[in-house]
Amino acid sequence: MPKDQPTLDLSPHVSDEVRKTTCYMCACRCGINVHMKEGKVAYIEGNKDHPVNKGVLCAKGSAGIMQVNAPSRLKAPLKRVGPRGSGEFEEISWEEALTIATDWLAPIRAENPEKLAFFTGRDQSQSFTSFWAQHFGTPNYAAHGGFCSVNMAAAGIYTMGGAFWEFGQPDWDHTKLFMLFGVAEDHDSNPIKMGIGKIKARGARVIGVNPIRTGYNAVADDWVGITPGTDGLFILALVHELMKAGKIDLEYLAQYTNAPVLVDSETGLLMRDEAGKELVIDRNTGKLTPFDQKGVRPDLSATHRHAGITHKPVFHLMAERYMSEEYAPEAVAERCGIPAERIRGIANEIARVAFEESFELDQEWTDFRGEKHEKMTGRPVSFHSMRGISAHSNGFQTCRSLHVLQILLGTVEVPGGFRFKPPYPKPATIHPKPHYGVTPGKPLDGPHLGFVHGPDDLALKPDGTAARIDKAFTWDNPMSAHGMMHMVISNAHAGDPYKIDTLFMYMANMAWNSSMNTRGVIDMLTDKNEETGEYVIPRIIYSDAYSSEMVAYADLILPDTTYLERHDCISLLDRPICEADAAADAIRWPVIEPDRDVRGFQSVLCELGARLDLPGFINEDGSQKYADYADYITNHIRKPGIGPLAGWRMGENSLQNGRGEANEAQLDAYIENGGFFVEHIPEGANYYKPWNMAYQEWAVGMGIIDKPEPYLFQLYVEPMRKFQRAAEGHGDRQPPEHLRERVKATMDPLPIWYEPFEDSAVDVDEYPVHALTQRPMAMYHSWGSQNAWLRQIHGHNPLYLPTNLMEKHGLKDEDWATVSSTHGSITVPVMEMAALNANTVWTWNAIGKRKGAWALEEDAPEVTKGFLLNHLIHELMPPKGDGLRWSNSDPITGQAAWFDLRVKIEKAANPPSESQPAMPPIKSPVPAGPKELKWKLGQ
Amino acid sequence: MTTLPTSTQKKLGLVIDLDTCVGCHACVVSCKGWNTENYGAPLSDQKPYGGDPSGTFLNRVHSYEVQPDEGAAQLIHFPKSCLHCEDAPCVTVCPTGASYKRVEDGIVLVNEQDCIGCGLCAWACPYGAREMDAAEKVMKKCTLCVDRIYNENLPEEDRQPACVRTCPSGARHFGDLGDENSDVSILVAERGGFDLMPEMGTKPVNQYLPPRPKDTMEEFDILAPYLEPVAKDAGGFLGWLDKALDKLPGNSAGGAN
Amino acid sequence: MHPAPSIILFTTLSGFGFGLLTFLGLGMPNYTGFIAFVFFAIAYVLAVGGLLFSTFHLGHPERALKAFSQWRSSWLSREGICAVGALIVMAIYGVGRVFFAQHWGIIGGIGAILSLLTVYTTSMIYAQLKTVPRWNMPLTSPLFMALAITGGALLAAQVKIAIFMLIFSAIIQVAYWVMGDGRLAASGTNMETATGLGHIGKVKAFEPPHTGTNYLMREFIHVVGRKHAMKLRTIALVLGFVLPVIFLLLPFGHIFALFAVLCHIAGIFTSRWLFFAQAEHVVGLYYGKR
Repeated sequence: MPKDQPTLDLSPHVSDEVRKTTCYMCACRCGINVHMKEGKVAYIEGNKDHPVNKGVLCAKGSAGIMQVNAPSRLKAPLKRVGPRGSGEFEEISWEEALTIATDWLAPIRAENPEKLAFFTGRDQSQSFTSFWAQHFGTPNYAAHGGFCSVNMAAAGIYTMGGAFWEFGQPDWDHTKLFMLFGVAEDHDSNPIKMGIGKIKARGARVIGVNPIRTGYNAVADDWVGITPGTDGLFILALVHELMKAGKIDLEYLAQYTNAPVLVDSETGLLMRDEAGKELVIDRNTGKLTPFDQKGVRPDLSATHRHAGITHKPVFHLMAERYMSEEYAPEAVAERCGIPAERIRGIANEIARVAFEESFELDQEWTDFRGEKHEKMTGRPVSFHSMRGISAHSNGFQTCRSLHVLQILLGTVEVPGGFRFKPPYPKPATIHPKPHYGVTPGKPLDGPHLGFVHGPDDLALKPDGTAARIDKAFTWDNPMSAHGMMHMVISNAHAGDPYKIDTLFMYMANMAWNSSMNTRGVIDMLTDKNEETGEYVIPRIIYSDAYSSEMVAYADLILPDTTYLERHDCISLLDRPICEADAAADAIRWPVIEPDRDVRGFQSVLCELGARLDLPGFINEDGSQKYADYADYITNHIRKPGIGPLAGWRMGENSLQNGRGEANEAQLDAYIENGGFFVEHIPEGANYYKPWNMAYQEWAVGMGIIDKPEPYLFQLYVEPMRKFQRAAEGHGDRQPPEHLRERVKATMDPLPIWYEPFEDSAVDVDEYPVHALTQRPMAMYHSWGSQNAWLRQIHGHNPLYLPTNLMEKHGLKDEDWATVSSTHGSITVPVMEMAALNANTVWTWNAIGKRKGAWALEEDAPEVTKGFLLNHLIHELMPPKGDGLRWSNSDPITGQAAWFDLRVKIEKAANPPSESQPAMPPIKSPVPAGPKELKWKLGQ
Repeated sequence: MTTLPTSTQKKLGLVIDLDTCVGCHACVVSCKGWNTENYGAPLSDQKPYGGDPSGTFLNRVHSYEVQPDEGAAQLIHFPKSCLHCEDAPCVTVCPTGASYKRVEDGIVLVNEQDCIGCGLCAWACPYGAREMDAAEKVMKKCTLCVDRIYNENLPEEDRQPACVRTCPSGARHFGDLGDENSDVSILVAERGGFDLMPEMGTKPVNQYLPPRPKDTMEEFDILAPYLEPVAKDAGGFLGWLDKALDKLPGNSAGGAN
Repeated sequence: MHPAPSIILFTTLSGFGFGLLTFLGLGMPNYTGFIAFVFFAIAYVLAVGGLLFSTFHLGHPERALKAFSQWRSSWLSREGICAVGALIVMAIYGVGRVFFAQHWGIIGGIGAILSLLTVYTTSMIYAQLKTVPRWNMPLTSPLFMALAITGGALLAAQVKIAIFMLIFSAIIQVAYWVMGDGRLAASGTNMETATGLGHIGKVKAFEPPHTGTNYLMREFIHVVGRKHAMKLRTIALVLGFVLPVIFLLLPFGHIFALFAVLCHIAGIFTSRWLFFAQAEHVVGLYYGKR
């Protein structure tokens, strides 16, 4: 040590203890090491052993410490004392809060359970909350998937038994071309970043298809700045080029998909034998045969002639459709905003990598026909996509197109392609169907949400009206697999299909960024019946950990804990954390105890369930069954041998994984293991999972499926044809007249593209510009703004305009512009962005805040310069003059069509002092935060 | 002592890959978290919930749009922290000796007990690597996590700067840039790593790897090499299909039934 | 650069103070006793007052003594040493003048040199900074020295020297501005070298690292200064040089001399404000701002 350098302690004390739990700063569910000093949180870092993040952690995760000390944390149960929206509350005891809730809910359950609408937002305990709702007996339960990404999930499950993110991931170790569609910056956040880093280090190519070149698209080797809403058309042009060149995997299509299955040319339904098995022609014999027989070589080409009628295989129909010039690059280029030469270049690159760079893994496996394969053939092209292509009114068919493209290339569940994560693959047929059978005082007749397979499965009352308040599973949107949270308040307010009594919500900021038409939703929440003076939605119970905008609009607040103060399970029954090579689940546990009078919402439901005598929440003697959520996680048995957590279950002689009885020490075992459990898929079982008997048997052993369920990928989705056929006039259940043509047109069993509804509903000459939002990587929904560190990164959100629009409107950076849709207008600051589709504007999502919320001061930039695009988007389409309420959503799944928005832009002549519309402040239920932070425990 | 050492035993530093940085700010916040709790005074925040929140950060991620002569504009994320320069002007201007460059590894540090908070070192730094903490009134800067990289209380694999350990896309690399055989030096040599503001003569240790060329995929007017049509229309396609199926392993001739 | 009042007051006042001390050390004006005391008092109030103002800029003035240690590398440390040396030597010389009516020529000469050296070291604190091209140039030190001598001559009532120096300083001042305006461009530092991305194309700042402000932006980016630069330069020239010369050329009177001094001081404050406010730190390039 040189004498004039100070002596440094190079090994200072790091922490007293490291507690390992699961992050909840977004939905990614990474493992975290929480370093503790003096019993408090000193530092948070990623857990290197964790299957999701392998040690890395994003900005949100590292900022967790500022979430746990945020002044916005609610402190005690609250009862509203002023008018709704005023923010006037009084603190009450938990006993009083639970008594009020019980007094409101017990009569509903006894008389008409459908009068309760229970919707949870960014809930990671859906298998629990849905269980509660099912036992309450209301049909009105869902989480937030309907306004998030149900198109992607449902299209994936109907097509191939899973989609992206929780369902599957690219084969990062082998892929050589990775194509990313749409906005995905916080979905599967760290794994995607890790994957991109990994493949780029290897020299693999990344293609980003997105109107906006930020984040992943910024590092993509090639950026395709597509026009919003035209992704499906672009994908089908790729399909056109690849089919025309024969660059498709014929063997894969013949063996593992319904491409060779014969379509009855009279009905459009698949031809089946008596046992219901799809029929193909065996190329060995030329005979009709069920697809799954040993030795069968399904023929993609042969047709079947019977009684003077020729029945063609699915693949013929696909060739006829996609070879058509309608999908030629030249025909779509202008609409997509991508030159035909570029489309062809991309198709060429896909063809080259898929077929010239294919490779083999020396790994034997046996398929469901009993046939042994010596090797696994890799097709190193993979895709990922989330909300960007989903949140359009043509989103379902667009997502279907993408899945079909992957399948045509033979790159799903093969080395180098897209791989499922357990419990997926899981075909739509083994998921539950929706249940809506209500009996007063009794549980619902089954799980709320599921997959319909034809008109008979729709959730319709005998009079044909919707059984559910959100009108999920109706002719408006038959395949709404995740429910439609964004329609609940609007429908409940309109009394369409019926009135409700109590709206019960969890972690859903409906009075602000989680609603389309924010102003309108606020009005609905505060609207009173003129005659009775009662609120139109009479009672609202809300649970949140923080002082969100929604708090002010509830009558009773049940304050939740932060994520470091609670138990949770990230369960295989729900949205688990599995990897393509492993099944995994995880827990959260209270690494610190709350310093306020708050309780984990799930624990509250355990007690409320018992107070309401819900079967499943009481013992035979009527006493409370689960003391709290930890008790439920440990002891709940969903079906024999299966509980919320798969690790360390009690076997006959020892602990075992997957199936087994409850183990009182299970949570301790998880904590000991770092908060998670992983069971690897054996070698040879980890590719071709839908058809690989080794995988199927392993999955049965793990309790993921009850028996082997090999299946064919559904290029042709027969249930869609059934709905379409009903619209053509077949069967007892047919769509109402006003929907008949739409069902016929959109429920095509093979992917199609149609113009987003908004484009035909508004005058695109008057509203020529597309407007989008993206979520920044360093913020999650509305949560980030209460975080002292994150809000410095994104304290406000300019509207980004492409250079040509800046020039056209005479705008400079930091000028203000008025942006209008047919529904509303906002006046906001603008910034120029060159790397942007020339006809698109965008902003960061959910940065704008209401005055008085989130314990921010009233001059916070989130309030003065931040804004929401939500004010421009309505949950309904503009009236067509037919007296009907047409929702602004996908006609198949009901997914909110956030990204269909069309706007016009004008320079604001007199810039306002704050972003407009500026809403009056709400009174904060929590005190203001400190003026300075010097957060340090150790000295 | 604010005269610079004539040489250092190692040149520890970072290599930042502008080709893979997705701009997620993970490094920014993990740095804030570690360095608030560890070396020296906490990194304070003023008006943390108010109108003009502002705090001390040792690492910040900029972003730039670059417009090539032809083709689409590119967006490049650009993390920036202290570059631990060999010829560090921030050190020599310090009147008290609080700023110094370690002889062992070349890390530039501030000894906060000696810092009078004059700010001259921040003026001398061309990179904006030093920030005066508004609460403690001493100069804060990246320490290259000197309290992590040798810390025997941490597992060996964790002995790297917090920003490197947390970076999800692997865009940050840590090592001895004075050793030409180190992984980081090899990476710099292979990828053409560069100095920021070389004309300043500061000889930064940290290196930046340039983004790889973008938007280079070939476009095709008609004839794409891997897209040679097998047929003109659906009818021709089915004819090709029949023949192609014959060529698949294990298949004999089939046909219409 | 942020024009911090403490630094403007420090550099300006101490410049006048040490300028006056320089003249006093050379025996100009040649007073003793009480009148000498008044001159010395003015010089010390300015010099020491300026130094005191400089401590307002420090986060930890209580540690200021540490600043004398790094004279081998730090101009700020050298400035402190020179300033203290000048003040001590001139105090001895002043005692001789005031109480003993003595002109200790060698001590006065040393004091004068140290006083000028102090101004020079102050100027070098700025002139050494490559990060601020407008300061990092040959005219920065001459400007500081010329202004100190001019101010000193005015305060020391050396009319002829003052008139000469006012004209001379005005020329340097104008030259400094003219040269300064081209310095950033001439430095070769720009967004392309700052980011190393120039080989791809034209670089433009997109999102800043944080939407809010920070120390660097507050300290180094001052757009307002440049907006009014031409107006303020005119004011500085007229107040600092033109009017004092006119006042001094008028038939001599104390009132006009006082006007000349006050105008000059106001002009130099303006010039010094511009010296900071107009200076672009290269860090601004990372923010797409200057």
